[in-house]
Amino acid sequence: MHTGTDTLPSEQSAAEEGRTFYRTLVVRRQLILAALTLALFLSLCIDLALGPARFSLGEVITALFSPDDVSQQARVILWEIRMPVALMALVVGASLSVAGAQMQTILSNPLASPFTLGISAGASFGAALALAFGVVIVPAAIEYMVPINAFVMAMLTAFAIHALSMRRGVTIETIVLLGIAMVFIFNALMALIQFFASQQAVSAVVFWTMGSLTKATWPKLWIALGVLVTVMPLLARHGWALTAMRLGDAKAESLGVKLRALRLEVLVLVSLLAAIAVAFVGTIGFIGLVGPHIARLLLGEDQRFFLPGSALCGALILSIGSVLSKVLIPGTVIPIGIITSLVGIPFFLFLVLNNKKASW
Amino acid sequence: MVTLTLDRLSAHYGRHQILSEVTTPTFAGGQMVALLGPNAAGKSTLFRRILGLLDGDGEVHIEGATCERPMAYMPQETGVNAVLTVYESVLLARMQGRRLNVKPEDLAEVDRALDELGIVALGERDIGDLSGGQRQMVGAAQALVQNPEVLLLDEPTSALDLHRQIQLLSILRRLAKDRGMLVIAALHDLGHALRFTDQALVLQGGTLVDCGPTEEVVTPELLYRVYHVTARIERCSKGRPQLIVEEAV
Repeated sequence: MHTGTDTLPSEQSAAEEGRTFYRTLVVRRQLILAALTLALFLSLCIDLALGPARFSLGEVITALFSPDDVSQQARVILWEIRMPVALMALVVGASLSVAGAQMQTILSNPLASPFTLGISAGASFGAALALAFGVVIVPAAIEYMVPINAFVMAMLTAFAIHALSMRRGVTIETIVLLGIAMVFIFNALMALIQFFASQQAVSAVVFWTMGSLTKATWPKLWIALGVLVTVMPLLARHGWALTAMRLGDAKAESLGVKLRALRLEVLVLVSLLAAIAVAFVGTIGFIGLVGPHIARLLLGEDQRFFLPGSALCGALILSIGSVLSKVLIPGTVIPIGIITSLVGIPFFLFLVLNNKKASW
Repeated sequence: MVTLTLDRLSAHYGRHQILSEVTTPTFAGGQMVALLGPNAAGKSTLFRRILGLLDGDGEVHIEGATCERPMAYMPQETGVNAVLTVYESVLLARMQGRRLNVKPEDLAEVDRALDELGIVALGERDIGDLSGGQRQMVGAAQALVQNPEVLLLDEPTSALDLHRQIQLLSILRRLAKDRGMLVIAALHDLGHALRFTDQALVLQGGTLVDCGPTEEVVTPELLYRVYHVTARIERCSKGRPQLIVEEAV
């Protein structure tokens, strides 16, 4: 039966359709984030279980939640030896992925990442200086000589890119080209170091540039984790503004986003993330590229989901990489940088060749 | 009620003077104002200067505003490829400068803006997949969702079909009256300006050449002087002024 009042609820429901749709979208994303977290935990357990002494998943989980119920030996191996390495994979993966995600956001370029902007290359150069010639930029304990050199060079690279990008007429496209120039400069300098350095030093440098998690210790892990948990809320604070940046500069500006200040702040924060990650574990490429792209596919670009999603995806990829590095050749741990590059390069090519949306 | 007055507003890019000493009478909420002028007259620059996105001499006086950010601005639309739905992109406009958690009233505002413009059905679409005209409607929704007291629109109808042009301008005019909002729109179609706006500002080469009630401003002399066309204005059977353009000189 049709009465005059029938039309009112149906009109209301038409307007509320969008709201329902949006709520469903949010719930779906929360579920995806939860699934990623679960996958991450599983991967962490598998990573812990694998090694010269093998443990079952059950033993690992027991050791995690009630360490007193497993043998002294298992506890030492799992907690003291493997845990810092396995957790470092998560922290470094998350850091590099978040750094890549935000570089892509503020530079409007899908190929921006710590690796492609030369920040990793700068870090490698700093590390090589310490490894080959014992050159120390900032005096520190021997154990931290290499990471600190790497960190300082990575930050200097980021600031150099930023300083150059502030010049008149430099567009965001130019910044990516500047990054590539940085990569070439540092590669040339690395070649120079390798030419003059001793055979032993050269192999140390080469091993460092391959990227390896094996040098992770609890103190290094705490530093990397500390930086990550400090930077994440600072980035999240700008969630709406960063998402708006993806609508283009003119639109973001019209919505009240302070573009220059935000770009500078975010660049400093993510350079810090990337520099710390690279400083402790060496060059691990492509995480900063692959992690955010998977997060974008799964969760879209609303930073409230994209930011934690990028962190989770990056952590998951590096954790799986860590598992692969142990199982591909039994008895040998392949440097993880090689694994991520082998997987990352085809992905990178796919991104470049499959770039349907021209302006991205 | 909100009022806006421009007092000797100037702007320059480098050494290039784009706007020189634009002074206007006071515009009040409820009015719809056309910003007219040929290409490169400084219309977008005037908007950016009013919003404070550009520095320069002169003052923008806004009085009677009840909220902290009374102005919203719809820039000319450009293509985007962010992985966001239309609904999210409008919500985003609403949430700028607010906390991260979205409240039910924020969603209600998004629904209202989409509904007012008749684009609820676009909500689930990815913004990258929209046509130019659809993007422009979404841009209008992004501006309206901020509940502005002063709304600045840069060529809001440039990509719209005739139906949407009339629809958007009618909605803006109604909202101006209903909400006491001051709407200033840069328009290229002087017929639309005559039909939908109360006041007109005419810029040429960065200088204000005329300002006043639209019917008094849009005259054959002005069209000849500013747009270099010969034209006449006749009343239609309903008494509305109609612009008939003859030729470019």
